[in-house]
Amino acid sequence: MENILEINGLCKTYRDFSLKNVTFALPKGYIMGFVGQNGSGKTTTIRSVMNMTKADSGSISVFGLDSVKDSIEIKQRLGVVFDSMYLAEHLTAKQIEQQIRPFYKNWNSDDFFASLKRFSLPDDRSVGDFSKGMKMKLMIAIALAHKPELLILDEPTSGLDPVARDELLDILSDYILDENRGILFSTHITADVERIADYVTILHNGTVWFTGSKDDLTESYAVVKGDEDAIPEGLKERMIGFHSYRNGFEAMIRTEDMRSLPETLVCEKASIDEILVYIAKEAKNAGHTESDTL
Amino acid sequence: MVIVIKNKSELPIYEQIKQQMKAQILDGSLREDEQLPSIRQLARDLKISVITTTRAYNDLLDEGFITSITGKGYYVAPRNNELLRERMLFEMEEGLQKAIENGRNAGLTDDEIAAALKKFMED
Repeated sequence: MENILEINGLCKTYRDFSLKNVTFALPKGYIMGFVGQNGSGKTTTIRSVMNMTKADSGSISVFGLDSVKDSIEIKQRLGVVFDSMYLAEHLTAKQIEQQIRPFYKNWNSDDFFASLKRFSLPDDRSVGDFSKGMKMKLMIAIALAHKPELLILDEPTSGLDPVARDELLDILSDYILDENRGILFSTHITADVERIADYVTILHNGTVWFTGSKDDLTESYAVVKGDEDAIPEGLKERMIGFHSYRNGFEAMIRTEDMRSLPETLVCEKASIDEILVYIAKEAKNAGHTESDTL
Repeated sequence: MVIVIKNKSELPIYEQIKQQMKAQILDGSLREDEQLPSIRQLARDLKISVITTTRAYNDLLDEGFITSITGKGYYVAPRNNELLRERMLFEMEEGLQKAIENGRNAGLTDDEIAAALKKFMED
């Protein structure tokens, strides 16, 4: 399978945060959800793909081209949507179109105005008056107007109401009808990913915790609950994000470990949200043990 | 073709698609040689991942319910005897379940229901 995006060993250190050896690939024709807590490194990774951040080491290839050397050609073929609007608020969509159009060889004005119509956006009102959902749709209309082969969205759904989020899923589903395209979609609202994403990459504290098909992820982990005394010997150490409370415990386990569980413990499929929560709890647990031994 | 995805279901989405398509092929509402939506179109219509619809179609192909013609798409497979037999079994089980339900609702014990069934078979 051909990869539309490949990130290999990406490292970037800031004063209080670092991306460590981030490696994953998005095959052409599919949608990847890029998830993780705020501050896990999603935006830094996306900025590196866009050549807006200089990586310390590692390489990124988009359409088989080098993200640094071929940055300009890549940007002609890639559309990006950030979580906040970067447009001048006093302009109308029509004026914005005139400003952005000259930068793109493949810009198609008809497509742009057709998108505005489809998204019910007026082209004669200052975009500063738009609601959050309207701003997001305007940025998508701009991102789609030059017929990009890869669409990258950084937290497009944060702060959107359920109706606007659903509209976004419609737009993305339409876009990926063409199997020569790809979508990388960062979010912490995992319900959206749960439904339409083919692949998932989980970033935790600057490292890749999981990358692979969504089915692999959700079939690999389960949430287990019950009486702590019922846990078979040696299994507690293998649990992720173990948490005990007055009436029992909760933890995440790998589904391969489910076989050794007694029937008295309750097991449920883990949602991506739950997986993220248990990863965070595990990190907290580990932190506590370190400080305990100090 | 009607596919309804339950998000809260314990069944994985690809399994829900498979079961519903099978049921529609077996009850004849999806006809032999009828063209099915493409994998990408179905994913788009249901707003689900392409990998999920691919998995459902691949399973249905393996089980002989649908066929694929390269470059053209997916079709409901021609009826074969095994499929017909499966359909019969499916309908029998459905009918039996219904009969048992009605019997129990009417206050019969399971033995009485079984006896009634036996009597019908002898007649």
